[in-house]
Amino acid sequence: MEQHRILIYILLAIVVTNLIRMTPMVLIKGQIRNIFVRSFLYYVPYVTLAVMTFPDMVLATPTPLPGIIALIVGMVAAWFRLGLLPVAALCCIIAYLLI
Amino acid sequence: MTQRRQDILHGLRDGFPIALGYFAVSFSLGIIAAKAGLSAQQGFLCSFFTRASAGEYGTYTLIGAQAAYVEIIVMCLVVNLRYMLMSAALSQKIAPGTPGYHRLLMACCVTDEIFGISIAHPGYTPPAYTYSAALISTIFWATGCALGITAGCLLPQHIVTALSLSLYGMFLAIIIPPARYNRNVLYALIAGFILSGLCAVAPVVSQWSSGMRTVVLTIIISSVAAWLKPIKLKDNGAA
Repeated sequence: MEQHRILIYILLAIVVTNLIRMTPMVLIKGQIRNIFVRSFLYYVPYVTLAVMTFPDMVLATPTPLPGIIALIVGMVAAWFRLGLLPVAALCCIIAYLLI
Repeated sequence: MTQRRQDILHGLRDGFPIALGYFAVSFSLGIIAAKAGLSAQQGFLCSFFTRASAGEYGTYTLIGAQAAYVEIIVMCLVVNLRYMLMSAALSQKIAPGTPGYHRLLMACCVTDEIFGISIAHPGYTPPAYTYSAALISTIFWATGCALGITAGCLLPQHIVTALSLSLYGMFLAIIIPPARYNRNVLYALIAGFILSGLCAVAPVVSQWSSGMRTVVLTIIISSVAAWLKPIKLKDNGAA
């Protein structure tokens, strides 16, 4: 494929992705007082990450079982506040051993 | 030690494990980019400035298919729409009086993980914290992609698969601990898991892209949670 076409694709992706990130900052000035909107934005990160983790984590392995076990172990480890890297490493190791 | 230097060090400390996970994920992303015909430099450029796992995956797939430019735009909009929600949430964690350019630059730092640790930061999130975490993770992210393009085919598939789970492990480490002391967060997480699982197998809905599913479920579940269990407002931005 022509190189300039690839560059245009990449530039479009860069511009669109970052405009999406910047728009709310431009629109929302200062603190929101509306309790519903504040509550909504409070729950957003947790729900988003939960939805992205399941079932995708289970589907990422060739068969579901390694993914399921990695998910359960990861949840237990996170419950006991093991931190980002140890939890991530545990999930990888379990998947590696079981695949 | 000045406060800003401490923020930078904390950002690097929290950003480093993310950077390692990113490296693994973007490496496998690089393998896909190579198939689409991207050079290592192009992969580095795209990864450095987009930092969007699902969005980049979509971009490389569309480039490989020689899709129309408008398809790239629509795909990036839908798959990355969650960043809009995250930016809106992050806007509430920035101290009042912070200059506009800091707000915009912090918004550009938003990825699932950088957003996660920025939100988890106690009180208002200092820009320096987000910048340093974003910088180190972005360098690893872009380098991983470039390396994946040049050397991806050398790594056995089961190792690439195992490494890809690191991302989900990081997600768990961000969402589970708050659920321990906040029952409402716990309920929201359980609802997210169950509904997301159902949507993946339900007719019609299972045809949606995972980005679309994420956006729709996030809006529905967060709205219901905000309606049933509104938060008590504090003035330090921690909600």
